[in-house]
Amino acid sequence: MKKPSVELKLPILPNMELIATQTSEVIARHMNLTEDQTGEISIALIEACINAFEHSKTDSNVFINFLIEEDSLIIKVIDQGTGFDKTKVEIPKIENKIGKDERKRGWGLQLIQELMDSVEFESNSDGTTVTMKKNIKK
Amino acid sequence: MSSFIKHIKESNQIVIIETDGYLNNEGGEAIAAICYEKIKGGQNKFLINMAGTKVVNSIGVSIIIEIIEKLQEVDGKIGYFNLAPIVSKTFNIMGLTKYSTVFANEEEAVGAL
Repeated sequence: MKKPSVELKLPILPNMELIATQTSEVIARHMNLTEDQTGEISIALIEACINAFEHSKTDSNVFINFLIEEDSLIIKVIDQGTGFDKTKVEIPKIENKIGKDERKRGWGLQLIQELMDSVEFESNSDGTTVTMKKNIKK
Repeated sequence: MSSFIKHIKESNQIVIIETDGYLNNEGGEAIAAICYEKIKGGQNKFLINMAGTKVVNSIGVSIIIEIIEKLQEVDGKIGYFNLAPIVSKTFNIMGLTKYSTVFANEEEAVGAL
């Protein structure tokens, strides 16, 4: 049987990431996820969307696919931006940001990796796909 | 005033800011604007009641890091209470709890700050 899935196409407009979290909350309820798991998915999804919006061209859209598996929820966030090199993204530490002339931002990837059970990045000059997985704890 | 700011009050020389809604860049800037204005007026202790904020993003939280940095210049403090579990977890991952405190409720926060 085909696995259930949900697809979203978001324009790059302010706070559109909240449409993605509203969708993930409905899916989480359907999957009987805990409040903690639902919150973790929401924040990770917000960060993935914000990164996608920032990397995308202004006239493109960001696509989000939710794939409901028996034992996990897989979310793909796909942009058509210019891509990025994950190896060049430094792990942020607040000690390196407070009291120093460092930009305070740059936490998105760290949050996604901490909040989800697995994360994969595929990126090239045609765009980036972030695949995030939350395992269902029964 | 931004609709993100629900209420501002003072208790024991602590400015208590109650928020409502999504802590994004606009929400963060709304908190910062109040804090910076109050710092200019000589106040240096702040609490944020986040009962109405169930979702945040890292840009909004980064602006709170800027406020923490500013408060270090005036020997000030900031704390938070009534946080949703995921907001508390996000603050923890980003390291805010190394430089500021999450309290369970207003009474505990006002007593300890």
